[in-house]
Amino acid sequence: MKPTVLTTKQTNAVYGTETKYECVKLFRTRSFSLTTIGLPLVFYVLFGIVMQPSFHDNGNFARSVVACYACFGMMGATLFGIGVGVAAERAMGWLDLKRTSPLPMAAYLFSKCAAVAIFSVLILLLLVATGVAFGGLSLTPVQFVAMLAMTVVGAVCLAPLGLLLALTVSASAAPGVVNMMYLPMAFLGGLWMPLSILPHWISKVAPALPSYHLSQLMLRIYGSGYTDKLPMEAHWSYLAVFAAVTAALACLRFRGVTK
Amino acid sequence: MQKPAKIEHPEGEETRTAQLALAGEPVAEFKAVTKRYDSIEALNKLSIELRRREVVAFLGPNGAGKTTAVRILLGLTPATSGKVRIFGGAPGEFAARSRTGAMLQGARVSDSLKVREHIDLFRSYYPHPLSTPDVIRIAMLEDIENRKVGQLSGGQMQRLSFALSICGDPELVLLDEPTAGLDVEARRGLWAQIRGLKSAGKTVLLTTHYLEEADALADRILVINKGRIVSEGTPEQIKAKGGSWTLRCRTHLVPEILRSIPTVCGVDFDGTAVTLRAGNTDEVVRLMLELDPSLSELEIARPSLEEAFLGLTDARQETLSA
Repeated sequence: MKPTVLTTKQTNAVYGTETKYECVKLFRTRSFSLTTIGLPLVFYVLFGIVMQPSFHDNGNFARSVVACYACFGMMGATLFGIGVGVAAERAMGWLDLKRTSPLPMAAYLFSKCAAVAIFSVLILLLLVATGVAFGGLSLTPVQFVAMLAMTVVGAVCLAPLGLLLALTVSASAAPGVVNMMYLPMAFLGGLWMPLSILPHWISKVAPALPSYHLSQLMLRIYGSGYTDKLPMEAHWSYLAVFAAVTAALACLRFRGVTK
Repeated sequence: MQKPAKIEHPEGEETRTAQLALAGEPVAEFKAVTKRYDSIEALNKLSIELRRREVVAFLGPNGAGKTTAVRILLGLTPATSGKVRIFGGAPGEFAARSRTGAMLQGARVSDSLKVREHIDLFRSYYPHPLSTPDVIRIAMLEDIENRKVGQLSGGQMQRLSFALSICGDPELVLLDEPTAGLDVEARRGLWAQIRGLKSAGKTVLLTTHYLEEADALADRILVINKGRIVSEGTPEQIKAKGGSWTLRCRTHLVPEILRSIPTVCGVDFDGTAVTLRAGNTDEVVRLMLELDPSLSELEIARPSLEEAFLGLTDARQETLSA
């Protein structure tokens, strides 16, 4: 009788193939790729380069802005890539078809996460390249690698939220809902402008948002130039709880829609 | 298994009956399966069996429960009660999924990937898939293998969906309304491919509301309405159960006389010719010729599956509401 179980080699291959085609799909979807890459880059050029302060500050400003827009880009890539992407696949019946095949759900979810993480890293690379070329940005190799790692971690922490959105809203509503969620989250988390120059009430609201904690962790990579008062553990705890809670809700929601 | 009785049949029926006898052990079964969505009962104690090397058609109107049954078999949604077994295990388990292929009604695949890429991806999920060139050849996708899905016509998309359903070389193939929306040529093309699956020793369950399709492809038809099986048998058996022969001719016999002839169940006069429905046309014709030797332009048509189907689903509805 023919084998009905995948070998380890085949299973690993499935994870790889699924991720590869997920990336191909994201790149070819112009509405996704151009906006997700373009928006943070444009914002960075405007707020990080054109509006750069004239005083010398050891390059802190340049680094802070790149850190914040890297988070902004990673949030967009994750919430749009997974939130809108999976919602569309649900509506098309494509997700159902995959569920009838032996594709492990874990491979499906991994590929989604990995693909948006890869996109987020690409956005970071473009920001850093632009910053180094035009924005007076200087990073040590260690700082650069730490930023890469933080970008991937951030994408993984936000992925369950994207999934929850995809399972909750319709495919046509998804882009609008994601925008309404991620733009305020970015602004109120201090990603566009430092919290110190925003109204005081925003500083009180920010710690409730994942964007705030992600950007604070990213800024701490430089060791200085940030004004956050919470200990590092607080940020990590928040992100861990946030990811766990949104993942649990996504699971519940998945059971609900497949009844 | 009971030996089927020999019936008067057209070409193909004897082959179909013989092949039914060759059909093997069960690959999937429903035992008294009920499926309830809130207050709606989509399936009501449905019991069916699918065996090796047969093509089974689920025939029924829209909303009859065909797609629900397929989705339960695929593990996409659980049954509310009853037992479902596929390859000896529960639906949705890895072993069942690796031996099953499916074409879901209305399912679309990502626009931005090419035909070949979709096949490459989907076949990678299975332990022993067909090769990509084989899949492309079987589903007749040679001309369009490098085209993106967004550029395909409806018929081409259906061929790709069919390709995805067979690329894992499954033993059981479930096709939900596989030819919906296709033109005649594309439909016939897909029929040929479905026949090819049976020759390859697979089991095929197809759902359809196209009577001609069930008649052309199925060894066995399960007529389903309102979540229940109302009739089961070969296409000829179904026709024999529910249909009557149709007779058309020019005659001076008035409808009242025609209605009084034994086994006549309907008379229509359109101004020039009269159309009768009757159970025993031989006797009816003999009597009519006796009464009216000038009878002319006689046409006799055998029972259609459409009549049988409508009759069965209507009769069942009357029984249920009684």
